[in-house]
Order: sequence, then structure tokens, then C-alpha cells
Amino acid sequence: MTPLGLLNIAVFFLVILALTKPLGAFMAEVFQGERTFLHPLLRPLERLIYRACGVRENSEQRWTQYAASLVAFSLVCFLFVYAFERLQGLLPLNPMGFGTGHAPGGATRMTPDLAFNTAVSFVTNTNWQAYAGEATLSYLVQMAALAVENFVSAAAGVAVALALVRGLARQQSKTLGNFWVDLTRGVVYVFLPLAFVGALVLGSQGVIQNFRQYTRAATLQGSTDVIPQGPVASQEAIKMLGTNGGGFFNANSAHPFENPTPLSNFIETLMIFAVPAGLTYTFGKMIGDTRQGWALLAAMSVLFLFAVFVVYGAEQRGNPILTRLGIERSATARQPGGNMEGKELRFGIADSALFATVTTDASCGAVSSMHDSYTPLGGLVLLFNIELGEVVFGGVGSGLYGMLLFAMIGVFIAGLMVGRTPEYVGKKIEQKEVKMAMLALIIMAANILMFTGVSSVARFSKRGYWNPPGAAAENTANAGPHGFTEILYAYSSANGNNGSAFAGIDANTPWYNVSTGFAILIGRFLFIIPLLAVAGTLVAKRRIPSTSGTLPTHGALFVGVLIGTVVIVGALTFFPALSLGPIVEHFLMVQGKLFPAVALPW
Amino acid sequence: MSTLPSVEQETELIPKRLARARPLFDHEILRRAARQSVLKLRPAVQLKNPVMFVVEVGAALTTLLAAGRAWNGGPGLSFVIQIALWLWFTVVFANFAEAMAEARGKAQADTLRKTKSDSTATRVTGGCRCEVVPASKLRAGDIVICEAGSLIPGDGDVVEGIATVDESVITGESAPVIRESGGDRSAVTGGTKVLSDCIRVRITSNPGETFLDRMIALVEGAERQKTPNEIALNILIAGLTLIFLLAVITLHPFSIYAAASVRGGRIPGIAVLISLLVCLIPTTIGGLLSAIGIAGMDRVMQHNVLAMSGKAVEAAGDVNTLLLDKTGTITLGNRQAVEFLPASGVADRDLADAAQLSSLADETPEGRSIMVLAKEKYNLRGRELSQQEARFIPFSAYTRMSGVDLDGRRLRKGATEAVGEFVKENGGRVPPDFMEMADRISRSGGTPLAVAEGSRLLGLVHLKDIVKGGMRERLAHLRTMGIRSVMITGDNPLTAAAIANEAGVDDFLAQATPQDKLEYIRNEQAEGRRVAMTGDGTNDAPALAQADVGVAMNSGTMAAKEAGNMVDLDSNPTKLVEIVAIGKQLLMTRGALTTFSIANDIAKYFAIIPAMFAGTYPALNHLNIMHLHSPQSAVLSAVIFNALIIVALVPLALRGVRYRPQTAASLLRRNLLIYGLGGIIAPFPGIWIIDRLVAFIHLA
Repeated sequence: MTPLGLLNIAVFFLVILALTKPLGAFMAEVFQGERTFLHPLLRPLERLIYRACGVRENSEQRWTQYAASLVAFSLVCFLFVYAFERLQGLLPLNPMGFGTGHAPGGATRMTPDLAFNTAVSFVTNTNWQAYAGEATLSYLVQMAALAVENFVSAAAGVAVALALVRGLARQQSKTLGNFWVDLTRGVVYVFLPLAFVGALVLGSQGVIQNFRQYTRAATLQGSTDVIPQGPVASQEAIKMLGTNGGGFFNANSAHPFENPTPLSNFIETLMIFAVPAGLTYTFGKMIGDTRQGWALLAAMSVLFLFAVFVVYGAEQRGNPILTRLGIERSATARQPGGNMEGKELRFGIADSALFATVTTDASCGAVSSMHDSYTPLGGLVLLFNIELGEVVFGGVGSGLYGMLLFAMIGVFIAGLMVGRTPEYVGKKIEQKEVKMAMLALIIMAANILMFTGVSSVARFSKRGYWNPPGAAAENTANAGPHGFTEILYAYSSANGNNGSAFAGIDANTPWYNVSTGFAILIGRFLFIIPLLAVAGTLVAKRRIPSTSGTLPTHGALFVGVLIGTVVIVGALTFFPALSLGPIVEHFLMVQGKLFPAVALPW
Repeated sequence: MSTLPSVEQETELIPKRLARARPLFDHEILRRAARQSVLKLRPAVQLKNPVMFVVEVGAALTTLLAAGRAWNGGPGLSFVIQIALWLWFTVVFANFAEAMAEARGKAQADTLRKTKSDSTATRVTGGCRCEVVPASKLRAGDIVICEAGSLIPGDGDVVEGIATVDESVITGESAPVIRESGGDRSAVTGGTKVLSDCIRVRITSNPGETFLDRMIALVEGAERQKTPNEIALNILIAGLTLIFLLAVITLHPFSIYAAASVRGGRIPGIAVLISLLVCLIPTTIGGLLSAIGIAGMDRVMQHNVLAMSGKAVEAAGDVNTLLLDKTGTITLGNRQAVEFLPASGVADRDLADAAQLSSLADETPEGRSIMVLAKEKYNLRGRELSQQEARFIPFSAYTRMSGVDLDGRRLRKGATEAVGEFVKENGGRVPPDFMEMADRISRSGGTPLAVAEGSRLLGLVHLKDIVKGGMRERLAHLRTMGIRSVMITGDNPLTAAAIANEAGVDDFLAQATPQDKLEYIRNEQAEGRRVAMTGDGTNDAPALAQADVGVAMNSGTMAAKEAGNMVDLDSNPTKLVEIVAIGKQLLMTRGALTTFSIANDIAKYFAIIPAMFAGTYPALNHLNIMHLHSPQSAVLSAVIFNALIIVALVPLALRGVRYRPQTAASLLRRNLLIYGLGGIIAPFPGIWIIDRLVAFIHLA
């Protein structure tokens, strides 16, 4: 690890800490309907939306209505995106003619299964991409369908978190707020202004924004190359801010038109954590005890810092097999050393490790380096980040509600040890809450493990409809534990609505499109609905005044309990699977054992 | 009820260590429990406990596997048989824990049942006619006559007469108690014995519903329902079981992939997968959960408190506010003389002498305390006076004075106003500063007692409520536990405030009527607090019913006992605090064992995962940090450890984890250290030692 690399990570973390309070306080004002400095400018827009959609601003919803609104909204969004994708050939702003007869050679067809997968993925804030953007989608679909979803799916995630926070903050009430109002306010006051500024800043660094045809360029070798173009900056900002992660280009944030400079890389990394960090403060503010929010942030910070240093350390140490071949791996003034496979030279190891940790912590899924090429330990941490339930800062909204779920489970077990019925921020955690929280965890475990299990052994007919390569495991690029990790990572990413790929796996087959699509749907809605049910029971309860006999849910002790709960639940669920993937791969690498890139014997 | 708490325990507001009357392992109880733990293997019983049911299914499957192997002569037969055996042991050990807890209750119930003999009753059939009927035929509303030497046939209220009753069968207290018609001492319990006199009792309960019947049912656990926290915890561990089931089942396809990718790896067998599953699912807490609940009830019983439900015991742990009656709980029941305050111009010694003389025949604690004070301060000895020399005037509610006429001296002591009147009648006068002095005493929480001789006012005796020793510290302990104490008293607010201040209670309710108590409880509950109180009178019943934990005194009326959710058989209001401690201990024990159970899994993973994949990925042996002998011994050792730890923790489950009044934060730190960190570490040496033994005797 180099001093500069460590400094980079430290500065990043400090800036996030500095942003938490102002951004969180602003969001608390917005979502509690208070007047902010943006109101003179944006209030007319907000009111216009309400009038146009017939939303009554002051009406409130119970948890069932709130959940129904979310599901209905997502369904409409899905149909909207699906239609755009399938009909792109008939629509304007399509200079390359995708979806028509004159699409360039090598373009990916938007098949029904791919369109389903992509629509599900963007509606749920996942942005898993089984396609290459520049070879599949028109500018109109990117802008009008995907970028719009980047805004609203992010705001929907925040809305769910708000409902749960209100469940904790209010007492003896029935309603959790209004989904449509929360959604509108999130888009209008939080994501639009931030993305607007973000797009301009990224543009200043060289992120492109145009509607041109792709450029043909002659390379130094004398061949011609096609350089894609497009309205990238407007989509890039919300892709990071909304923890969406769906790249305009296949290379995502590793592409120089998406992320041209180290400064743009730093800003993009910040944009991923900004809103999730701020929401912890918003939570504290809304329940009237900001220490509770800081405690969540502290737990997230410890998990994040631990992960980033393990990844950075593992990548800087590199691959011992290469050392044995006499390849210099230490960092010098002239070379980064370590494991640079799959990393951009302009970012180096530290920034790549930071970006990769942040994007897997935060359910973002944008990548600036190829996770498949990380050392087994580095890859293990990235995968485990996702399997923790995306609660280390997490996705916008989803990180907070996920962490609150773990807080409730942690409080339930630890709280019993102080001899009282467990309470979290004054609300008793009883049967109903435990039942719903466990349901969410079971669904998460089942979703990842079952799909991975099926895909590790499922066989399809070669060149058949479902999976042309044959067995589902044939789609991986590597044999042995690494291939298994690719499958496990795919479903973990789908379940966690992360969207990043370990890559190496050819996921654009009907089997993977449909199975990851369902994994995404299950991971989103079957996690959210039990949580909203918890919010529904919590909101009816009284808040019990805290005494010295109450387990304090701020302070180092509780932060420790929370970290322990998150790590132990994750580790106990996934240790067997991980031991057959990155863990054994690490030991094998140390022994010098390599696996050929050949298929399985069946 | 074998023993009674000693005097020290009664005054101890927060027990350092909760009393344990019954020895933990009694021969008879062990025998009964051992039998039950095998009988409880019935799937219908196990189905109620999802965790142990999974183990039982696993045990059955492994047994079938072993049988199949024995038939076909497959390899590794001894290993599979051993796994099957230890899985059955796991279930039996868990059953044993529950059976132990139940057997302890049953032993108690048997003692009670012996008293429930087929007694007969003399039923009044109207007018003066009576008939003898079996006690079991009595219905609520019947009137029976009970004479000295006979058993009272059922629960009821005395409607006529007064009698001494031996209630030792219920309370364990051998001293007889007085039961009389009217008032708060009218309730009698079926099965108790009239020692003297004759009473008429109106039966209040139907056969099978008497107090004794309910008590037997409660201690036997027949009426045991799962408490809310227990259900929530059950959901948690059932959920974890399901997650582990998923993790283990999906290992099968994962290992097929792994075995194929290294070409010729070995897929772990069913027995190993089941072993891993059983080791991972929280069998420790799953096996001990119901035992903890039963034992909690039992601990309450050993304090001579009868909890009507486990829910009430659990609620006690959550109490935020304790309503404590002043008299008997916070203060010693009686006021004591602490100071002589002579009127102007009177010598201290003269006042003390007069006060002592006037108290010679006064057998009340107040009177005796005056004698003691006079002796201590002025070395005035008590004198023997015969009836010839002196005429004693007893206290009456009318005169509100007592005293003695001796050698023409007319000594009186009593309420300030009454003695003032007496002085005036004899031609004396009451100086204004005298009344001021009396007011000062009142304001400080004391009671002024005026002493006069004829027309001359001699001065005042300061009678004071004595706060029990150590009460301040104990209430401070309660405060660290986050429990507010509220003193309930009939005194006026001035006096109450002074005593409240001295005892260090957080709040007080002066001139409290039952209605006030009810209001106070409702207000506390409206702010989300849980309230516990004690009460004995019929007029306490609404408040007892309203309180989250209402402890009725056994000496109280039937109405009070019906309204509360616990009955203190010793009628000792201080015990409320012990009940709170037991409730907390119950919840803590559950939390601690859950944490321990989950923390154990880490070591088991390190034992089993490398063993499982030894045939596919020998590199995973790096995870075998315990250096276990062989893959088979590793799996077997983990399973054996998992079974034995249940037995090892039975005493802890039955006794409860150690409890000290501390803040929640320090309790948590302590318990996390012991059961969290301890739970992570303990299995490593445990499994290692078992593995050595297994290898040593060549079991695997």
C-alpha cells in the first residue's frame, strides 16, 4: 500500500463524513415537508406533478397502501421500459439504427428475455446489464427509459426507507406517509438538483454529452475502430448518485467517456456514498435523536474501512504465482506493482480498490475495474459486501432500511441479555417484527443460494433456446472455484440489487436473463414488503422513554453489536458457499494451482 | 414450599444472588426426568420445537442410512452409526433439560396434592340445618361451617366468626394466621386447617378451580403457554434453522460442481451434511428454551410467589415503575421515638421520666421505643409498678391519649391536640411555641407526641418513621436498572415528602386512595411505562388488575388475589423487587444462550467444512486450524460437542445466568463478553479435546 493510495482513501472517507450532516439535514427538511432553499425554484414543479397525477399532498397511507403504491408504480415502470426497449427501432434518436434492419454488425438484439431482464433491473435500482449499452440501445431508450428509471427507482428506495423511519418515529399512528409524495420530493429536491450539478462537473472533466453517430477512427495499427458516442454525462451523474450503476457503455466507469480522469473517478466514488451516508443523519433527525443515525453510520464506516483495506492490501500484494515467475510486484515510482489485471492505468490499485469496495458496499454496481480479475481475497470481500445485504452505506434508501433490519435483529438478541423485552429507539421488538425480519433474511439467503445451486448443476441442451452453451455452468469463463464464484456473484448481485457483475460469465441467455430477473424481483420486493409490514406494526406502538435499564442504541457497544450481527448473519449463511469459491481459490493460488479455462467434463 | 426466605432475605430489597431452595439435581427428579426425556422423543412432541424436530428428522434419516449400510455392507458404517447415535443423544439431552424443569415442578405439585385429600364439608342448607357433603360437591355460593381441627373445604370468604388458621400447606409458614369476617383478612384457602374457634365460610370457587387446583396446575406446567418473548425468540431460531437448512442443502449442488471441476472430487455424503446442519442450527438454545421458561416460573415459586402465568414473570423484567407501599416496605412498620423535646422550663430528664412512666403499660411498638430511648439517653430504667400503686389509662380512639395515674401524678401522652385539651381542662395552658415545635416535627415527616402532667405540658416526643436500613442504596440500585420507585402512603403530603426524601424514592403518592393508585398507574402506562405494585385489600383490586405486574398478598382478600397476576404467599411486599430480578434473569438467560448458541457455529464451520471437502479440495485443510485428526473425527467431534454442550448448560438454564443490578450497558458488555466472545472461543478447545479422545480410542 502506498502513502498516496492511503491518503486518497482517507480523504474520500473524510469528505463523506463532512457531507453526511448537511445533506442529511437537507433531506430531513425535504421529506418532512419543510421549506428549503430550493423551494422558490422547485416547489412549482412539485405542485405541478401533484396536480398532473392527482396526488393529494396531505393524504397519508397505511403500510399496505404504501406497499401497493410501490408495487403498482414499479409495474407501470416495468411496462414502460419494456415497451421502449422492444420498440426502439420505431422511435427517434437512434442514429445507429438499433432494433432495425440496419443495425451495425455485432449489435445485440433486444430479445424478450433480455428486455425483461433489463427492464426489471432498472425498475428495481439494480442495473444488472446482460447487454452492452453501446451495442444494444438507442439514445432515446438510454435517456427516456433507463435514465428516468435511475431517478425514480432511487427515489422509490428512499421512500421505503422513509416509511420505515416514520414507523420508528411516530407513535400510536396508522399511516407511514404518502408514497407518491415521498417519491416526487425525492426526485424533485434531492436527485434532480444533485444530478444536474453532478452532470456539469463530470462534463467539465470530459464526460461526453451528444447525439452523434458513432465515430470511425483509424488506429495506429492501421485498422479502423468504432468509437461510440451519446448523451453520457446526463446519465452518468444519476447512475452514481442513485446507486444505480448501469453504465452507458459496457465498460461502465472504466470507459474514458464515462470516467475520464482521476478527479472524475474521485467525484463518482463520492456520489455513490453521498446520499446513503446522508440518509443516516436524516434518520436520526426524523426520530429526534441524531446519535442513533451516527451509530448506524459508525457501524457502516467500520465495515467499509475494513473492507477497503483488505481489498487494497490483497490487490497490492498481487498474485504469488507471478512472483515465482520473477515478475516484480512491488509498487515503485514507475509502476503500480500488485495485481493490475483488469484495472485502468489512470486509476491504479488504490482508487480501483476504493471504487470496487464502495460500489459493492453500496448496491451501486458501477465498476471502474473488472472484479473478475481481482485476487481471490479481493474478490471475496467484494462478493461478501454484497452478501451482507448491501447495508454498508448500501443503496439509496435500501442501505438504511437494510441496516435498520439488522439493528432490530441485533437489538432483539442483545436486548434480551439486559433482561428486558428488546427495544429499538423506544419501540418494542416483538413477534411480528422478528417474524418479518427473519422472513426477509430467509428470502435473501434462499434467493442467492437456490439460484446458484440450480445454475451450478443445471444442464440445458446445447444450442437450445434456454442456454445455448449447454450446462448453465458452461457460461462461465473459468473452470474450478473461480467459475463457481462467477455464478455465485451473479445471483448475489441480482438479489442485492447491486447490478455489478463479476464478469466472465455470459449472462445474456434466456436462462440467465429470466433467472437473474426473478432473483432481482425477489430480492427487491420480497425484502421490502416484509419491512413495510414491520413499519406498519411499529408505527402503531408507543415509544417507550429510555432509561438506564434500556439498551442504549448509540455508542460503541451497540455499534459493535450491529457490526457483529451483520457480519455473523452474512458469514454463517454464506461461509460454505464462499469456501468453495474465493476461499479455496485463495489457498490454491498460494499453492500455485491453476485451472484451465476449459469447460466442465459433462 | 420447602423453606422460607430467612429474615435477612426478607429485608434484602435486591438479592445479591437469588435464593435457591430446591437442590438442582435431586435423585427423584433426575430419575423422573430421564424417563421423560426418552418418552418425549415422540414426533408429536418434537413438532412443537422446530429446531429439535429438525435434529430428530436428521437422526432418523441417519439411522435409516446406517441400516441401509449395514444391509448392503457399504463403507463407513461405524461412522454413520456413531453420528446417528449422537444425533439421537442430542434430542434426548434437550428433552432431558425440559423434563428436569418439569420434574421439579411436578415434585412440588405432588406435595401440594397430598393435602388435597377427600375431605368432607358441613354445608349450611338454610336456617340452622346442616348436612355433611364431600368437599368436591361444593359450589360457589355455598356456606360451610368449619370448626377447630377441620380442613377448610374450598376457597372462600369468612362471613361469620374469627379463627386461627394454619396455612402452612400453601405458604410454608408454620405460624397460624387470623382470619375473620369482614375487612381484608377474610379470605381463606381450601386445604388449610382451622386451629381454633369456628367460622362460617362462603365458598367462592367451584370444584377444580380452587386456588390449590390452579397452583398444582401451574407448578406442573400443565397450563404453560409460551410467553410473547419466548414466541419471538422461537421465530428467530426457527428462521435461523431455515437459513442453515438452505445453506446445507445447496451445498449439495455446489459440491457436485466442485467435484466435477477438479475431475473426480468427492461429494460429501448425507450423514456429513446432516451433521453440519445439526451443528449449525441453534440446538443449544432450541433445546433449552422451554426449560428456561419453566425454571423461571419455578424460581418465582421458590420465593414463595405464585405467578399466574409465565407472561407475568416476563413482564416483571420489563417493569419501569415500582409502586411500593410505605409501611412495611420502605419503612419499618412502626414509628419509633427518636428525640425528647421539652417545653420551655422543663428539664430533659423530667420529660423523659414522665414519658417513660406513661408508657410502662403501653405494649405498642411506639410505647416500647419510648422506653428504649429513655433508657439509652438518660439511663432511666423501667420500673415495675403494681396495679395497687398505679392506675393505667389505656389508649382509646376517643381520648387519643394513654397514661398512668401514680401517687397523685396524672401523666398523659398522646396526640398534641388531645393532650392540649387535657392540660386546659386541668387549668393549664398551651404556649404558642409549643404548637410551633409540634408543627416542625410534622413537617420533618415525624409524628409529635405530647406529654403532660396534670396542668403542665412537659414537652414532645418525636416519633419517626424509620426507613429500613440500606433502603437508599437499594433504591439507587433500582435506579441504575432504570426502574423508578414510587412510594404510596396514606400520610399527608408534608410527611410523605420528608420520608420520600429520606428513603430516596423517585416519587411519592400521598394520602393515596385506591382511585389515586389506579390513576397513577394509568398515567404511567400512557407514557409507555410498565408498572408493578403490591396490594392486599379489595379496594386495591382495580389497581392490581391495571398494573402490568400486580402482586397480591396472600393475607389479602380473594378479590385482590383474583385481580393480580401473582400472589405472594409470604405476604411480603418487599419481594416485588425480587420478582423483577427474576423476570430480568429469565430474559437474560434466553438472550445469553441464544448468543452462545450462534457464536458456537463459527468453530463448527472450521471443524466441518475442511473435513467435508477433504476429498475435493485438500487445500481447504488450511481452515482446519484445530488440526483435527481426520475428516471423520472432525465431523464426529463437532456433533459430540454439540450434544454435550446442551447437557453442560442445563444447570445454567435452570438456575439462570448470574444477575446483578447494573445499567443495561454494563450488563450487555458483561454478557457479550461471557456468552458472545466465550461462545466463539469455547468450542475450539472443546472440539479439539473430543477429537483427541475420538482419535485415541479409535472411534474414527
